[in-house]
Amino acid sequence: MNPFITHTGIVAPLDRANVDTDAIIPKQFLKSIKKTGFGPHLFDEWRYLDHGEPGMDLTQRKKNPEFVLNQTPYEKASILIARENFGCGSSREHAPWAIEDYGFRAILAPSFADIFFSNCFKNGLLPIVLSNETIDLLFKSIYANKGYTVTALKHLSKIITKKIHGYFKLERFFK
Amino acid sequence: MQAKTLYEKLFESHIVREEDGTYLIYIDRHLVHEVTSPQAFEGLRINHRSVWRSKSILAVPDHNVPTTDRSLGISDPISKIQVETLDENCKHFGLTQFPMNDSRQGIVHVIGPEQGSTLPGMTIVCGDSHTSTHGAFGALAMGIGTSEVEHVLATQCLILKKFKTMEVRVEGKLNKGITAKDIALALIGKIGTAGGTGYAIEFTGECIRSLSMEGRMTLCNMAIEAGARAGMVAVDDVTISYVENRPFSPKGEALEKAKAYWKTLHSDKDAKFDKVVMLNGSEILPQVTWGTSPEMVVSIEGMTPDPKNENDPSKRKSIEDALTYMGLEPNLPINQIKIDKIFIGSCTNSRIEDLREAANVIKGKKIAQNIKLALAVPGSGLVKLQAEKEGLDQIFIAAGFEWREPGCSMCLAMNADRLNPGERCASTSNRNFEGRQGQGGRTHLVSPSMAAAAGIYGHFVDIRSLS
Ligand code: SF4
Repeated sequence: MNPFITHTGIVAPLDRANVDTDAIIPKQFLKSIKKTGFGPHLFDEWRYLDHGEPGMDLTQRKKNPEFVLNQTPYEKASILIARENFGCGSSREHAPWAIEDYGFRAILAPSFADIFFSNCFKNGLLPIVLSNETIDLLFKSIYANKGYTVTALKHLSKIITKKIHGYFKLERFFK
Repeated sequence: MQAKTLYEKLFESHIVREEDGTYLIYIDRHLVHEVTSPQAFEGLRINHRSVWRSKSILAVPDHNVPTTDRSLGISDPISKIQVETLDENCKHFGLTQFPMNDSRQGIVHVIGPEQGSTLPGMTIVCGDSHTSTHGAFGALAMGIGTSEVEHVLATQCLILKKFKTMEVRVEGKLNKGITAKDIALALIGKIGTAGGTGYAIEFTGECIRSLSMEGRMTLCNMAIEAGARAGMVAVDDVTISYVENRPFSPKGEALEKAKAYWKTLHSDKDAKFDKVVMLNGSEILPQVTWGTSPEMVVSIEGMTPDPKNENDPSKRKSIEDALTYMGLEPNLPINQIKIDKIFIGSCTNSRIEDLREAANVIKGKKIAQNIKLALAVPGSGLVKLQAEKEGLDQIFIAAGFEWREPGCSMCLAMNADRLNPGERCASTSNRNFEGRQGQGGRTHLVSPSMAAAAGIYGHFVDIRSLS
């Protein structure tokens, strides 16, 4: 595991509430007995127009141009922002494995599901809880400024952007 | 002595160590299935560690197993490897497993209680979020991730913080045809899928006391859909008479001793919960989800929402997205929604009582013309046997249902049972997420009798209107 210390990156806006673990990594990919290789299938049903199965030749698949991670500059994003209750649903650790394997290091949301939240920390992924207002403000800033970046500092429980210096609460349990 | 909630009693009696609000908790029972365990066993092998207490483990393959003729084996080679990996791991580490062709095989959350492997007072974990089911027995049961599965395998302990406590009190009497599934959906409709996040829920009240163990399991099963990692019900005579005489439950003197302890497993009279939610059982109507989250639910008398009436832009967008995905118009009466497939099964509703309830509705009738497939999938081999003894299989088959072998089946469609894009299903499972039952598939969550009735009429009907 690559532990999270600090990270700066482009933030991809996934403007949805209740992003569930079935959407993060669909079940057909859970058949793997490994911990790696889930990144290419992160958000598979949203990311591609065809139906994904394990072992497919990714270069032959049609990407969904409407999906945020297929749009410039978000292919280079390493931080994800979404609405309430991110990671709800199953306990599959394949979800943080997929997010981390894809190249994300942090997720910003107003709330996370419990099991997903604790699974993140086992995999060097930092889930950051911010108020609804801050999340709203960040969404607006991202839409207004292409390639908007955020810096997250875990030890200080702090996020920094051009306009916002915000703190988030991280219980000692997760440090 | 300070009054304690059931959760506090269960939690505190399992503390090994505490440091600054972080607790090391001893785990009594560890249930294992094929999907979330291979990486954990691999971790043990890599680090040359062994299993701390192999007797605490009961393993079973359930997610990937075919529900049709098993003598043919598993046709999907990747699923096959996963199931065989569990077989190998159980053999290597000396664990009790009910393999695919064992008559006791079934969904992990059905077989635990059925075998008496789930007992009051236990801490129970499994790499599966619906482990909350086992809380119905006055146990502290919760889903964990694969890293934690590995940790529990190696140490028998789990690092936890305390949850907040929520009492969901359901008073009043349920009306005819209303089940635990309707209580669960009505609760989620009220508090939302994140309403229980950070909490352990205890279900209390007259209505809960009058539920069978099957009903209590259905309810605790869906605590996770309300966001709560654990749901529980206090022990009473119903609990004790269910666990007696099961293969793994204590016998003789040990049982008498256990019973005395089990009877203490309830919240004290003056115990304080961090939050209390009240429901009136007599007001609960048959519930049907219309959207892509269990909180998107209305009663059979209701209709789909109109996004125009929602002021919050992010909520409005959720409603619009869900209606589009589900292929439904706003303001559509629920009883006009036509169905393509019926699924009766899953760890929520595949126990004998659920099958009886559905069979009761379809007895002597036939599924509607527009129903392409109706599946009845018992939760375990033993449930299947019992149902066959009662002749329920014949009722299902005569009505046009397929009577299948036990497993998770179309609850998450990891095996061959799935919806095709655009198909609409009345399902007794627990999640209506996009793609859950097959890519592009549309799921409506309902109780077994409501699913059965939808099968007969080809659209949703109010179960109360059927005699
Ligand atoms: S029946 Fe469905 S919810 Fe239950 S354990 Fe199986 S896949 Fe999970």
